[in-house]
Amino acid sequence: MTIKNRFIFSLLLSLPMLLQMVLMPVGWMLPGGNWTMFLLTSGVMAVSARPFIHSAWAAFKNHHANMDTLVAIGTTTAYLYSIYALFQHQGVFFESAAFVITFILLGQVLEEKMRHNASSAVEKLIDLQAKEATVIRAGQAYQVPLEQVRVGDSLQVKPGEKIAVDGVITAGTSSIDESMVTGESLPVTKKAGDHVIGSTINQSGTFTFTAQKVGNETLLAQIVALVKKAQTSRAPIQKTADQISNIFVPVVLIIAILTFVIWNVFLQATGVQALLFAVSVVVIACPCALGLATPTALMVGTGRSAKAGVLIKNGEVLEAANNIQTIVFDKTGTITNAQPQVTDIVGDTQQVLQVAAALEKNSEHPLAAAILQAAQAQQLEIPTVKDFKALIGQGVQGQINHQLAFVGNEKLAAAYHLNNDFQQQMMQLQEQAKTVVVVGCSQNLIGLIAIQDTPKPSAIPTIAALKNQGLKTVMLTGDNERVAQAIGQQVGIDQVIANVLPSDKADTIKELQQQGHVAFVGDGINDAPALTTADVGIAMGSGTDIAIESGGIVLVRNDLRGVVQALELSKKTFKRIKLNLFWAFIYNALGIPIAAGLFVGWGLLLSPELAGLAMALSSISVVFSSLLLNKTKLTTIPV
Amino acid sequence: MTKIIVLLVAAALIDFIVWWFFGNHYQQAVTADVSEQNIQHVQVIVDGGYQPETVVLKKGIPAQVHFQRQDPSSCLEKVVFPDLGINEFLPEQQDHPITIDTSKAGEYDYACGMNMFHGKVIVK
Repeated sequence: MTIKNRFIFSLLLSLPMLLQMVLMPVGWMLPGGNWTMFLLTSGVMAVSARPFIHSAWAAFKNHHANMDTLVAIGTTTAYLYSIYALFQHQGVFFESAAFVITFILLGQVLEEKMRHNASSAVEKLIDLQAKEATVIRAGQAYQVPLEQVRVGDSLQVKPGEKIAVDGVITAGTSSIDESMVTGESLPVTKKAGDHVIGSTINQSGTFTFTAQKVGNETLLAQIVALVKKAQTSRAPIQKTADQISNIFVPVVLIIAILTFVIWNVFLQATGVQALLFAVSVVVIACPCALGLATPTALMVGTGRSAKAGVLIKNGEVLEAANNIQTIVFDKTGTITNAQPQVTDIVGDTQQVLQVAAALEKNSEHPLAAAILQAAQAQQLEIPTVKDFKALIGQGVQGQINHQLAFVGNEKLAAAYHLNNDFQQQMMQLQEQAKTVVVVGCSQNLIGLIAIQDTPKPSAIPTIAALKNQGLKTVMLTGDNERVAQAIGQQVGIDQVIANVLPSDKADTIKELQQQGHVAFVGDGINDAPALTTADVGIAMGSGTDIAIESGGIVLVRNDLRGVVQALELSKKTFKRIKLNLFWAFIYNALGIPIAAGLFVGWGLLLSPELAGLAMALSSISVVFSSLLLNKTKLTTIPV
Repeated sequence: MTKIIVLLVAAALIDFIVWWFFGNHYQQAVTADVSEQNIQHVQVIVDGGYQPETVVLKKGIPAQVHFQRQDPSSCLEKVVFPDLGINEFLPEQQDHPITIDTSKAGEYDYACGMNMFHGKVIVK
């Protein structure tokens, strides 16, 4: 029998008794009196309460005790005593047992519904997937189920259709609604060469794309897996609650026995009165509220975050994000666009660019792309390079036409003679916040290339918002001091740490950690060590390649403003966990003494029925409080 | 006289509760059987807790833990492995296999949805 049916059954049988309670003052009695009550309550106990008793007994055999133990003991005690009293012609309280069961089942019905709401975020994400796709094979379009789409397939998407899997557009342009995956509310325009994300909705144009990731590899599948994991994770703050709930039920049983003894033996109360106090204690105590406080908030909080494009890995990260004092940003790609462009070339433009482009062709450095782009724009022929070698933190070198050529920063240039003219121009360019690379060929410096990376438009308001929250902002970069300072000033960052080699980023984080808890914001691929070293690593995603493993928090969208929202959501969720736990503790800490009759002198008294109602409400209120997280408003930051 | 009896019974009950719930009641861990298809199977009865509470799996052999929920309580309706990201509903009176990744050795605690009942899977 479902909980709902058990509740309806016990409600129906309890109603006549409730009627009698209400109408007693006007002299109406239930026909059959106590015997009718006995029969009705027996029905409730046999049908609605039996599962409680079953679980309580099964748990008891395993040396365990849980909420069912309390409900079972409380109601059976009231029921059995009343049967005894019935035969002894004394006052009975059958209705207590029946009402307690009804109230607790009502509580469970509501709680089940809300818990289902709390956990549905992930299922909703999975439902977003397209069910089928249009695959083009040999010029013909075929409708195939999603499972049959393979990597490399060419897929066609019409306006209004869902994009089936992750891939790259081969032909056509369209605007795409990516809000369900990235949280970005505005549609994004995409053209050939751009990445598309599976499960997003194509709005305006028809296009074809090549499938790159299918099945469990897609961005959405990874997000779902991550959120699922986060929702089942535990927050450290929960440990105390768990320790308490482990010993909770037996301790409550002992308190109930003591309550009976003190009332009956020392305060001369009658056996019935003492028993009622003891039963109230057993019924009001609610280990569930303690047990539900963290998981439900975590579930709703991480689900809510995922909707905003913020993936929080687990409860530990959530808790750590709450203590952050310093937030460190990687410069390239995080504060800036990471699409630097060549602005100035000193020396023989063509020769300098040719040598540089040839070397950088093999490099993955963000500056390389700028140089290649410039070379392509001038339609230069790019010579081939032999013995290519990356000099970490300095640049690259290789053989061009049997001559050793190199491209790199000042550190590399230090080995060569930099004439005054070059030196002066270099200073000038650097003062304009440009990165200058030196280009050399056969032991000689032949020129300089100035490259500038502009800050993202969202950087300034984001930094301002973080400063408003009382956080210290720091920017970390491998660039030289002048370039770094110039960018830092533009976006209003507190502290700039320049000339940091990629391998030293983690160590710099460690140093900063001596002053307080540090969050690091970077891209997941190059900054993995720094992301893991920081108390909270925030990895910025871009396109479909989000490095889910490296960050504690992953921003699906490559939007700096997500950092503010990520911290905000973590803080709100963690605050909710604390509030829930506080409420669950206070509820039990106050409820049990009241039920035990500690405040009878002040007229504060709880019957078992009221205790049952209070207990049902307490776990509902915790779940409800967690669900409120769904309604959290996030600060919107204008660009 | 009655009062003395009440006191004695109460004291005895409290002693019993302490011994029964807090005393050390050791339970034997159960090792999974390896089937002909080279898959490990082990059954866990869910009834007022997990029986057995600790199961041992061999590293590297695919494994399924079969949860069979006999307990009607909503407390035990879900089983959660926080480290493995598993959070599954256990249908009542049915065999519900959960696949455990045995590629890495380790101890994986699991619990019911409210974290009241605990069990453990050891991979070694």
